[in-house]
Amino acid sequence: MFARGFSLHALPLPVMTASVAASSSSADRYLSRRRRHYALIAVTAVLTCLSLLADVAIGPGHYPLPAVVAAIVSPDSAPTTLAIVVWEIRLPVALMAVVVGLSLASAGAEMQTILNNPLADPFTLGVSAAASFGAALAIVLGVGLLPGGEALLTTLNAFVMAMLASLLIWLVSRLRGVSVQTMVLMGIALMFFFNALLGVLQYVASAQSLQQLVFWSLGSLSRTSWPKVGIACAALALTLPVFFIAGWRLTALRMGDLQARAMGIDVPRLRLLVLLCCSLLAATAVAFVGTIGFIGLVGPHIARLLVGEDQRVFLPLSALVGALLMSLTSIASKTLIPGVLLPIGILTALIGLPFFVSLIIKSRREVWG
Amino acid sequence: MTLTVEALSVILGRTPVLQAVTGLRAAPGEVTALIGPNGAGKSTLLKAIAGLVRYHGEIHLETQDLAGLAHAERARRVYYLPQESTTRAALSVFEAVLLARRTTHPARGREDLERVERLLHTLALTPLAERDLGQLSGGQRQRVAIAQAIVREPQVLMLDEPTSALDLHHQLQVLAWLQATARDQSIGVIIAIHDLSLAARFADHLWMLGAGGRVCATGTPREVLNAARLREVYAIHAHVEWPANEPPRVTPLAALNPLGGVKL
Repeated sequence: MFARGFSLHALPLPVMTASVAASSSSADRYLSRRRRHYALIAVTAVLTCLSLLADVAIGPGHYPLPAVVAAIVSPDSAPTTLAIVVWEIRLPVALMAVVVGLSLASAGAEMQTILNNPLADPFTLGVSAAASFGAALAIVLGVGLLPGGEALLTTLNAFVMAMLASLLIWLVSRLRGVSVQTMVLMGIALMFFFNALLGVLQYVASAQSLQQLVFWSLGSLSRTSWPKVGIACAALALTLPVFFIAGWRLTALRMGDLQARAMGIDVPRLRLLVLLCCSLLAATAVAFVGTIGFIGLVGPHIARLLVGEDQRVFLPLSALVGALLMSLTSIASKTLIPGVLLPIGILTALIGLPFFVSLIIKSRREVWG
Repeated sequence: MTLTVEALSVILGRTPVLQAVTGLRAAPGEVTALIGPNGAGKSTLLKAIAGLVRYHGEIHLETQDLAGLAHAERARRVYYLPQESTTRAALSVFEAVLLARRTTHPARGREDLERVERLLHTLALTPLAERDLGQLSGGQRQRVAIAQAIVREPQVLMLDEPTSALDLHHQLQVLAWLQATARDQSIGVIIAIHDLSLAARFADHLWMLGAGGRVCATGTPREVLNAARLREVYAIHAHVEWPANEPPRVTPLAALNPLGGVKL
């Protein structure tokens, strides 16, 4: 039954039924739920930090965790070998795992939001296929799309092609009347196009370059360096504030395009801005570590099942879940087969899948109609 | 603030949907029902007022031409609630209503939460406050959408078929509540609705659109609703009654076939 009295400013106090009165108010329950969500974010952040430390500590040379932590905090007072191993080899790799996890999962979260599609991830619009083709140009033909050192040829090519693919999608989506479905279909078309070009290069490639190409496409953290970590961090620093500032508008976008527009949101502009940010994150990640699937898809799904889609909690938890999964995968890639560093792209799915499936089975949340 | 519409035309693709719609006026504190057959352009008219489709003509809120406002500012003053909400967003009812508030007003912490809480209670949504939108029935979702509209405190609120998914009990409750809210808040409420009995009962004024997106009549329900006009605009035989101590009744009796015969 509706309560009597209709003024919003002076609505009468609720006439609670016994069952409602016995419990706390809905505002209190909302606050309590919000606190649980923030606690979950904090716990995930702590777990990610611990995983990062473990990732640095674990490797072919066995060092105790306290010594590793001391070497991180005060490298000058640590033994030289340990300081070099930690600062020059392990820390950049471990940090890159975390940064790439943050990048892919936050980009995946926003791609799913702006495309209104649960299957979307950072690579949905053909970014990874384009990047692979760019890398293949460097590996197979030795062709560089930008002037740069030979060491960076593959990375630069992958980045340029990934951004070109994004730019193409962006240009198409600027046309009036282009729907989200059209953008997704364009992305799929681009993916097939670049895969076909990649196929041509694979067909003419030598056995050695083909092997290199396959290894690149599996995704690996082993090519990491401090400058690359810095660039990946810069991409995050540029894009995450945009996502956070647009948080309310992105949450409102999940109410549907028409209602979001009725709420005063410039939906096409928001979509383009977020698309560009996601493209930058995806292109940076794929250029530095190759194609790493699953994280960008599953990180946001796990976060959504745990805290829903209010961007204030959904975005940070998505990003942190992605970072944690990547960091754990980095550890697993070193420890599953002693002495062998497995390509991380192979393992991301194997590590994340069991957790994801168990959540799907436990959760009754039905999000996508 | 009074909303006025003059010489409004909308062309979607190459199809003229509204043609020189003029003389429409919605006063604060009053409920205006927008009626007309399918395809007459009711939703398009509301979307044009909200600035969601391109139009020619003039739409004023008092002396302010709405075309001169930024989209966000226009949406703050004039809110359009779409016909149906199919969202399955993983947001609780409480979060969804709070979200609507935050899209127009700066966050005020506890004050916002209490406002949402009161509104949910008023709309009998408190037991559903923590439920996800995806777990609601169509009618429950419609009531949440109405709560989202009201919590924004617009100057003009336009609702497109707000009772289409509601049972009879909730239809009466929601319309009575909207009527009272319009008066208490002094906002103009415009409702696109098919049920002419409900329109006659709850609206202060009617805007009747006909085929080709033209205004057929405006005025009070008694002025607009009569058998001859319903025959002309809806192509139906109908019985219109205004009993002294009961709500008005519009009873459709039969549909006319295109040749003018009676088709049962």
